[in-house]
Amino acid sequence: MAVVAILSCVAALLATAVLALAMARSILATRWVYGTCLAASIIALASAAIGLVGNSDGDELVKLPLGIPWIGANFRLDVLAAFFLVVVNLGGTAASLYGFGHGRHEATPQRVLPFFPIFLAAMNLVVLAADAFTFLLSWEFMSLASWALVMAHHRDADNARAGYVYLLMASFGTMALLLAFSLLAGVGGSYDFTAMRTADHTPLIAALVLGLTLLGAGSKAGLVPLHVWLPLAHPAAPSHVSALMSGVMTKVAVYGFVRIIFDLLAEPSWWMSMVVLLLGGVTAVLGVLYALMQHDLKRLLAYHTVENIGIIYIGLGLALAFQANHMAWAAALALTAALFHVLNHSLFKSLLFFGAGAVLVATRARDMEHLGGLIHRMPLTSFAFLVGCVAISALPPLNGFASEWLTFQAILQSPALPQWGLKILVPAIGAMLALSAALAGACFVKAYGVTFLGRARTSAAAQAGEVDLFSLAAMFGFAALCVLIGIFPGLVIDGLAPLTRDLVGTGMPAQLGLPWLSIVPIPATRSSYNGLLVFVFIGLSAMLAVYVIHRFGSHGLRRAPAWDCGFPDPSPSTQYTAGSFAQPIRRVFGTFVFGVSERIDMPRPGDIRPARFELELADLIWDRLYQPVAGAVELAAEWLNHFQFLTIRRYLSLVFLVLVVLLLALAIWP
Amino acid sequence: MAVIADLLVQGGEMALVLLIAPLLIGFIRKVKARLLRRAGPSIIQPYRDLARLMRKEVVVAEHASWLFRATPYLIFATTWVAASLVPTFATGLMFSWTADLLAIIALLASARFFLALAGMDVGTAFGGIGASREVMIASLAEPAMLLIVFTLALIAGSTQLSAVASVMASSSVGLRVSLGLALVSLIMVAIAENARIPVDNPATHLELTMVHEAMVLEYSGRHLAMIEFAAALKFLLYASLIACVFMPWGLASLSAGPARYLAGTAAYVAKLALCGALLALFETAIAKMRLFRVPDFLGAALMLGLLGVLLLFMSRSL
Repeated sequence: MAVVAILSCVAALLATAVLALAMARSILATRWVYGTCLAASIIALASAAIGLVGNSDGDELVKLPLGIPWIGANFRLDVLAAFFLVVVNLGGTAASLYGFGHGRHEATPQRVLPFFPIFLAAMNLVVLAADAFTFLLSWEFMSLASWALVMAHHRDADNARAGYVYLLMASFGTMALLLAFSLLAGVGGSYDFTAMRTADHTPLIAALVLGLTLLGAGSKAGLVPLHVWLPLAHPAAPSHVSALMSGVMTKVAVYGFVRIIFDLLAEPSWWMSMVVLLLGGVTAVLGVLYALMQHDLKRLLAYHTVENIGIIYIGLGLALAFQANHMAWAAALALTAALFHVLNHSLFKSLLFFGAGAVLVATRARDMEHLGGLIHRMPLTSFAFLVGCVAISALPPLNGFASEWLTFQAILQSPALPQWGLKILVPAIGAMLALSAALAGACFVKAYGVTFLGRARTSAAAQAGEVDLFSLAAMFGFAALCVLIGIFPGLVIDGLAPLTRDLVGTGMPAQLGLPWLSIVPIPATRSSYNGLLVFVFIGLSAMLAVYVIHRFGSHGLRRAPAWDCGFPDPSPSTQYTAGSFAQPIRRVFGTFVFGVSERIDMPRPGDIRPARFELELADLIWDRLYQPVAGAVELAAEWLNHFQFLTIRRYLSLVFLVLVVLLLALAIWP
Repeated sequence: MAVIADLLVQGGEMALVLLIAPLLIGFIRKVKARLLRRAGPSIIQPYRDLARLMRKEVVVAEHASWLFRATPYLIFATTWVAASLVPTFATGLMFSWTADLLAIIALLASARFFLALAGMDVGTAFGGIGASREVMIASLAEPAMLLIVFTLALIAGSTQLSAVASVMASSSVGLRVSLGLALVSLIMVAIAENARIPVDNPATHLELTMVHEAMVLEYSGRHLAMIEFAAALKFLLYASLIACVFMPWGLASLSAGPARYLAGTAAYVAKLALCGALLALFETAIAKMRLFRVPDFLGAALMLGLLGVLLLFMSRSL
């Protein structure tokens, strides 16, 4: 029943897209398209939630006579798909609601409206697909629709480059997934997931499948070093699409990884987890370090997506390690942590992108160096954005902390792993996770402090106004969810239990029955955390302090110019900027990670030319990994280009030569 | 009846933490002054300072937003909750399971997050300089702290501080290399987190060297009182943490009766005095280091922590 409901929603979305193509220029189109998307997402969300909670009557399979004739298009809603559909449609609901208001500011609606519903529909289909063909087709649809949305403002040279890089990486990723599925299917195998699940895979095949899945799903998710397209493409799209791409599409990529590695490739070996853990750790640390160096608000958020994907993959890697060693309860804990973080990241990253979009609408600026003081001009947006910042920085009692806490608990279970490689790697990964959590806090102090606090740096920022109610509703909805999930993490953990039972054989112990709604992931260790009580205690203590001081101390307040050690400068340009804020951290990590070079040109006393400060940051991954490949491709293309301008005789002799070589090869072939 | 008694003990602990925090600061100042052969201010001077600040009118900068005004209370509340979750005179109090050591560290991180934001709120150069340096120090101190937590949790089998303290108090632990590394690392982190010499000087107002003071430069009156109080509570938290993990003697358990509680409190005060005196001695003997030497200092703490965890991953008995 639920599958049919979601498929009808998908059909409705596709129909909307076709109609939007025809009438995109009309004024009503924006409302109508986002309205339909909103309704479809809500219905799909409800169906998926029913599929997740009330999955007692087993999975249902729907077969549509589409695609390859003897396979058809198979759709199945199991708990894993249901959970990710909840994530997808939750994001879709909020993005549509946000688009309702935000879409009115769109300069070229005809380039956004037709592709937005397709994008939503494709993401639903990827998760729902139950055979490789449907999966890959929907995956490609998702890539192309999001590419079209990235190219919505294609006249901007940066966006054109972003679109080009994205298209290359997306095709590369799909190719890797295609190969992975063909290996899983085997020589005479079927493309149906059920058949793949039961097939036997040799260790070599398993290794290749892992590598290809990491390339395919990892490039879409943004694993270092496949992340290069992500900080270019995500910010280029309109903000609600950025939210969907960062908050939701990367989660669909995580779904692809979980589906293939945990579900289809049943028995993992321990070295696989080493690869995943190492990639996750490096991704988490590098992602946040790159983010710290950005001064474009949306690009900063995109780099943070890279970091959070790293955290999710750390959880997945731990789950693989435990599963390979048959520690089912620990695997359940690690997998729950990873999937919990999937949900959390989709919430706060969408929220933050909505906020960045609101700032963009209000000030026309993405560069933080041109903002400042927005807390006075946009109080509601800035409050919602603050909630998102606290959540993503993993600070209690919000949701980001709950999932990172679970990941740390999972790391603490790993000394029981027998392999020495893991014993040495896991503590290092723990340190990397801790480092990335701390740096994320620093990064969001910077993002919030420079954008919303202080004094306005430009007149546009000084005259910004609050955004429309629909955008605010979307932001506050997600902010409320961040707080609620942070206070009641047990709800999500219990919701994920059937899923982990499916994938690793056991679920975490039920949390909702515990006294005071605290969470105790492993009863034997008695490690517990209670978001609700932390929240209540902080609230009560703060109120007590306010009451006591205002009642018995003073309550007088006077406004005066800032003190600033006696030298207040009226110019807002004396404030700390994004660049100066990151300088100490750049200095600590910079030479190692970014190859930072600073040049200071200070004129001699009496000389009147201006002083200059130049800073160069190198993207080492781009320079060392992508530039050589791009150079080689270009060299080969140059060389092959000679064949374009030959005479007909030469072409004919070439054809003859090739024929002879092929015939010779056939003759010599044993 | 038992529930009410437990609740009273828990409330008493929260009050004790609140009462004793300024005293510890005053004690350290006194010891430092005596070591320098000065008379020094009275040991209860911090209380007088706080009372004076609370009675004064607040002067708020013109550009300051609501965040600037809300932050002091938020920081105070967060730090207070965190400090009262660390076992002081007894383990296993009624709400001790609310947050484990990881959550306590994260609560302190929340407080710092808002303090750094408040530093940037007024839009002055000094606020920014303080916030930027504070997060740089924190970004190294926090991972080191989490690795210390890992070490303790791997030995005790739990991140719950009460459980850790009872395991440490039992004779089964003994002397361990990893614990030694964790202790050294924890002391280094505690010094950095509490803005003590050699990382930062709490008494300075020399612009170029200050970190913590630069962030709170714009605060006055009751707001400043809250921030100073929170700083004292944070210092107390680290002292109690070192006391309950590395000197777990005399800790009472829940419902042990008033006599044990009193004995526990006496032991606690003695431990705090020892910690404070040692810190004062250390601070008198050493000079403040340059800001960009701090990453080396904290990097050493991080490596010691990592080494401790690695040893435990190799063998649970190291």
